[in-house]
Amino acid sequence: MKPLGRIYLVAILIFLYTPILVMMAMGFNASPLYELPFSFSLQWYEALWSNTVLLTAGLNSIVIAAITAVLATALGTMASVALSRRTFRGRSFLQLMLLPPIAIPWLITGTAMLIFFYWSGIGRGMHALLIGHVALAIPYVVLVVGTGFRTIRADLEEAAMSLGSTPVHAFFSVTLPLLYPSILGAALFAFAVSLDQFVISYFLATPGYTTLPVQIYSSIRKGFTPEINAISTVLLLGSMTVILIFARFAKPGDTRDKR
Amino acid sequence: MTNVKVHSVAKTYGTTPVLSDITTEFPEGSFTSLLGPSGSGKTTLLRIIAGFIKPDQGVVTIGNNDVTDIPVWGRNIGMMFQSYALFPHMTIAQNVAFGLERRGIKGAAARKEVDRALEMVRLPGFGSRTPKQLSGGQQQRVALARAIVIKPSVLLLDEPLSALDRRLRQEMQVELLRIQRESGLTTIFVTHDQEEALTLSDKVAILDKGRIVQIGEPEDVYERPLTRFAAEFLGDSNFLTGTVDNGAVRLADGTVVRTTSTLPTSGSKVTLAVRPEKMSIVSGPTDDNSLTARITTVIYAGPVLSYMLETADGLPLKLFAQNRDGKVLSDGDTITLSWAPEHTVPVGD
Repeated sequence: MKPLGRIYLVAILIFLYTPILVMMAMGFNASPLYELPFSFSLQWYEALWSNTVLLTAGLNSIVIAAITAVLATALGTMASVALSRRTFRGRSFLQLMLLPPIAIPWLITGTAMLIFFYWSGIGRGMHALLIGHVALAIPYVVLVVGTGFRTIRADLEEAAMSLGSTPVHAFFSVTLPLLYPSILGAALFAFAVSLDQFVISYFLATPGYTTLPVQIYSSIRKGFTPEINAISTVLLLGSMTVILIFARFAKPGDTRDKR
Repeated sequence: MTNVKVHSVAKTYGTTPVLSDITTEFPEGSFTSLLGPSGSGKTTLLRIIAGFIKPDQGVVTIGNNDVTDIPVWGRNIGMMFQSYALFPHMTIAQNVAFGLERRGIKGAAARKEVDRALEMVRLPGFGSRTPKQLSGGQQQRVALARAIVIKPSVLLLDEPLSALDRRLRQEMQVELLRIQRESGLTTIFVTHDQEEALTLSDKVAILDKGRIVQIGEPEDVYERPLTRFAAEFLGDSNFLTGTVDNGAVRLADGTVVRTTSTLPTSGSKVTLAVRPEKMSIVSGPTDDNSLTARITTVIYAGPVLSYMLETADGLPLKLFAQNRDGKVLSDGDTITLSWAPEHTVPVGD
């Protein structure tokens, strides 16, 4: 069973990473038509450096993703505190209603947002993208932070209060530090959800303000060059570094109980 | 040192009364156990005294201060939780110093207090460790140190020993009692373990359905239970029912049972409680109360033999005897048992 399992795992990794590695390699190939034999060249990276349209779109993506991560994490964490630690009317209903948006196809959510934003006068552009991405990311944040909450016993805050902490101080001195890995994980999740987002961005972006996935899509339609490979490689390495740093320090899946 | 009083405290959740009209006092420096089954309201009472729950009515005073409207963080209480509730992201020293810091005690002064508290719970030098590196018993000691280092007005213990194994629990009981005596803290201890309540407390309060059924010294409550519930919940008891007749009680089978306690008027129905260890198996005639019964089961428990008995009327009885000669009687034997009139206690329902 053991060697079989290993072969299986290796096969999965090969299927996952081969296309990505080929994509990366082709960014260093001189041929604009992805022709072999391979001849190493940095010309596409040089071309990318002067391709302001792609670079701007890439920067937009990162800015939107970063702001989305901050806003969605803050709002989602606050919602999670209420859902996990308070009792109020309609709590279980609210908790339940967080899940469907994750399952609704983005195409439908995107169409709905476009219609609603158009109708309400919000319109399209950066602000619309931000609203859309934050709304999309919040359910993920609530789920991730809520799971973190479940590992923290409520009596820790009670212990702090018995020692003289106000509820606010108890939250910031006891719960928040213990929740920190979950919050960081949720922020990364929100960042990734925003960075990956194509369908909704496609609907809400304007010709003057696009994100990288939207820009790549329109470039591909016009016929594309390995510059796309180059910027994809840069972005991929960037986000993988962030994820690996997180995995190294926050130890997701760590089963230590936080009693 | 302070005394704690609750006056006509009541609490209802929805339509379920959890506590009804509790009035009692916990004297300065005393160790009181709140004993009762789950749902009896003992934890609710403790949490009302702590300030986690606001009573619907009634007054709580600590010392001479009415604290009914003061939240838990303003009450200066020390509390121990069933789950220890140590802060996992802090060292032992930081855990113990937490309450000191809230009181503005920092730096060298705080360190001195922390060291003293850790010494008191016999964990000197453990300050730099984390809770994860400690055993359950050690964590509980840290929780105790954290609770007493702030010199609380009252020490509240919410079943703190129930998560420990038997041996460790007995060790902690001794420790807890020593520290309580040394510190002179008024202590209120919630438990469902009757043996623990008897060993540790100056006073035992038995709760049932949101009321204090009986409160008194352990010996008092054990030897003279007021109700059937108190007799049954604290220790084991046999119950005999009969009619009062001329200063004694006549059972259904005609046996006359005498008691030294005051009985209600002739003709009234009465229930008598007799502890199983107060009964003994006799061979000859006796001046004490006596009954004949058949042995249904003998349970051999080492130092003690437990006899499960049944009278001719089908009344089940229990008798505990010291294991002097081993198991000489067997199931089905008929025996005569006797007990003294002073161990016959009339109880209410």
